[in-house]
Amino acid sequence: MNVDVTPLPGIGVRKDFAIRGGRRIGVVSHRDGRIELIVSKADDPDACLAEIPLTVDEASALANLLGAPQLVQQLSREHGDLPGVQTRGLPISSGSKYDGRTLGDTQLRTRTSVSVVAVMRAGQVHPSPSPDFTLTAGDVLIAVGTTEGLDAAVKILERG
Amino acid sequence: MDHTALELIELGAVFFGLGLLGRLAEKIGLSPIPLYLLGGLAFGSGGLIPLTGIEDFTALASEVGVVLLLLLLGLEYSATELVTGLKKSWTAGLLDVVLNAAPGVAVALILDWGLVGALAMGGVTYISSSGIIAKVLGDLGRLGNRETPVVLSILVLEDLVMAVYLPILTAVLVGVSLVGGLTAVGISVAVVGVVLVVALRYGRVVSAIVDSPDREVFLLKVLGAALLVAGFASAMQVSAAVGAFLLGIAISGSTAENATKLLEPLRDLFAAVFFVVFGLNTDPAMIPPVLGWAVVLAVAGTITKLVTGWWAARRQGIGKLGRARAGAALVARGEFSIVIAGLAVASGGVDDRLAALATTYVLLMAVIGPIAARVVEPIARAVGARRTSEQPAMSP
Repeated sequence: MNVDVTPLPGIGVRKDFAIRGGRRIGVVSHRDGRIELIVSKADDPDACLAEIPLTVDEASALANLLGAPQLVQQLSREHGDLPGVQTRGLPISSGSKYDGRTLGDTQLRTRTSVSVVAVMRAGQVHPSPSPDFTLTAGDVLIAVGTTEGLDAAVKILERG
Repeated sequence: MDHTALELIELGAVFFGLGLLGRLAEKIGLSPIPLYLLGGLAFGSGGLIPLTGIEDFTALASEVGVVLLLLLLGLEYSATELVTGLKKSWTAGLLDVVLNAAPGVAVALILDWGLVGALAMGGVTYISSSGIIAKVLGDLGRLGNRETPVVLSILVLEDLVMAVYLPILTAVLVGVSLVGGLTAVGISVAVVGVVLVVALRYGRVVSAIVDSPDREVFLLKVLGAALLVAGFASAMQVSAAVGAFLLGIAISGSTAENATKLLEPLRDLFAAVFFVVFGLNTDPAMIPPVLGWAVVLAVAGTITKLVTGWWAARRQGIGKLGRARAGAALVARGEFSIVIAGLAVASGGVDDRLAALATTYVLLMAVIGPIAARVVEPIARAVGARRTSEQPAMSP
């Protein structure tokens, strides 16, 4: 994917790319750290249909939403020949009791036999997290296990 | 009533009045600059209510306003951005200078204001208002548009042109000969070159001198450095504004960003005083005789910026709508036209009517600019639609 990086003197940087449908999609990063999601108009590719200001938290949540399914899909493909093994993205919601606690505190492995192979945070993949990895709301745990184990893991993360 | 009490009341009334004007400007979606100028015109010489007793303070405050306006203009773009801009879009910058200075120069020559007057008026009609334009682009959600870098790169070049133009103007205003003038050109180009090199190579050193983790210390150091440089520049006849501007360019990186954030409110305060004082010193009675010329300049200035933006955007492969948007975005003139007129008037070396003409021109352009940026798209679409309906066979 070819991302165009265009300096905007006095403002910041525009990073965008053309998607298959022909529109441009990307972000404007302001020098003071503010970020805006931009989508170009269909009939006028020079102009923007929308410029949506995002906070840091919102931007990272969006990045997880876009990135996690892809990672899950890729991992599923890789062990597709292992019957019974599934990969799923398990979100840490803001109300979860594990928001601010470590991965070890969840005892997922002991209680459900599910392994967390990676944590998605702000669109970044943190592979093989150790038990002392501190979770925060918005993180997505990429977990491998059986269907029953994964269902149980979702409940644990939601209700404790 | 005691003297200080009266002065405080007057000053308070002025600031409060400006606050109300700023609020009004915000409500109707305008730049506050024209309203500040009108506020100044309403008071002062020949105006409705003469203000007395606070001239000493407002005169100094307006000088500080100019210093801060130029310091923040210098801080706005880093030396790297200036050099890249110069390399990539100098042709558009050149067209910008030629097309947009021409109307001012022509009118000054027709009115027989001499070469000095022509040089000053050329600057007044040339320079866009980067403040108004950046705000309008943000408000209209056009920062992500493809023509926006074109608009910004023209503003960057105008910034560089100012760095060369202001020393020349101030040298010519104090009445140097042709040889002296050429020397001034040579010196100012050399100084700008040196400052750019210093900023690129040793920007960190300059930044380190003024930088401080403590906000209060940082504010005092930056402001102090700016006023010191401005004062010394002024003592060497290069104008305070130029010194502050070059200091702004030399400060770089995060120091520049923090300084901008910290100084913005101060700039707004003192610049408001500057606009009022400029309005105060302009006799409203002198406006009607130059109104016709101001309208001529406003029409010409709108067209020339439209052409500049259109041409520059076309070179970057932007579509017709985007070209029209780029042109219209550049139309606004404001603070720096007044700064140039202020320098010219303060020297006493130009025709008295220049202040009135520049004021009227900026009053018109600061209002026309944002409106032009808003209405250009519907108009361009309507024109485009009519063209395609007239020649259906031509369009695919």
